[in-house]
Amino acid sequence: MDQVEATGRAGARTAVPLGVAVALFGVAFGVLALEAGLTPAAAVAMSATTFAGSAQLASVAVVDAGGGLAAAISAAALLNSRYLPMGVSVAPVAWGGPVARLLGAQLMIDESWALAHTRDGLAWSRLLGAGALLYLAWVLGTAMGVLAGQALADPAALGLDAAFPALFLGLLWPWLRHRRTAAVATLAGGLALALTPVLPTGLPLLAAGGVALLGLLGARR
Amino acid sequence: MTGWLLVLGVGLVTVVLKGAGPLLLGGRRLPRAAEAVLALLAPALLAALLITQTLTSDGAIVLDARAAGVAAAAIALVLRAPLLAAVLVAAAVTALLRALGA
Repeated sequence: MDQVEATGRAGARTAVPLGVAVALFGVAFGVLALEAGLTPAAAVAMSATTFAGSAQLASVAVVDAGGGLAAAISAAALLNSRYLPMGVSVAPVAWGGPVARLLGAQLMIDESWALAHTRDGLAWSRLLGAGALLYLAWVLGTAMGVLAGQALADPAALGLDAAFPALFLGLLWPWLRHRRTAAVATLAGGLALALTPVLPTGLPLLAAGGVALLGLLGARR
Repeated sequence: MTGWLLVLGVGLVTVVLKGAGPLLLGGRRLPRAAEAVLALLAPALLAALLITQTLTSDGAIVLDARAAGVAAAAIALVLRAPLLAAVLVAAAVTALLRALGA
């Protein structure tokens, strides 16, 4: 077994505990995607082709709330824009041809990117190994959620509409520990709430994304 | 077919955002200002999604059983419950309040 394969396997092994969590999140996404009106096939296809939980959930939530296609895709794009700097950070260690690098980059999510960092530096093969395991967990979890969702009778009676925001709260949680990002989150949440009665669905969300421009203030210092 | 167009649109956008760095920008860095803004987009949007999904319905601000469910989820997270447990708590509290006619 060569070095690359060994590192990839090590990455996959360290990702196993996270894989359980990712699969459970996948179950939740599968159930909620059906509630938002996606067909079971479309929900699983989205997990297989996008592999970005919070963006998938956001786009489905916007559709569920009555926002249009453009608003839903924009919300996903803004949430996934963090993959741009993350992709740039792994670019120096990525190997293989253009197609291999493009495909490998699709296995990059927050968790596999974090696991790719070791004391010896950043390893592309660790990202691929961890990402591949988490990808399987994500797609299988979504499929299980879709099966479970089809068996549910009345989503509102089960409180599933509260599951959407609760998931967003859980995803936001780590950012609330830092004063700077907590302040940005508070401002963005308040702005979206204030704009909801006056703007069409989806637009308050994009306006709230504009709060991120506050980052320009910190960058100059 | 909104569902499949959504799958296609979100998928394409994600492939480009994830792939741009390793494919095109090898070794270079983004401008500092761009990185600073991109780093804040996720918390800003997650907060906006959280608030609008909890406190609004059909373009109006409403306070209903969802808010109690999400508050219960926050308590669960403070008590270091895993994400899915917090989500289940939110759904259960909301369902319970609805069953009680709230």
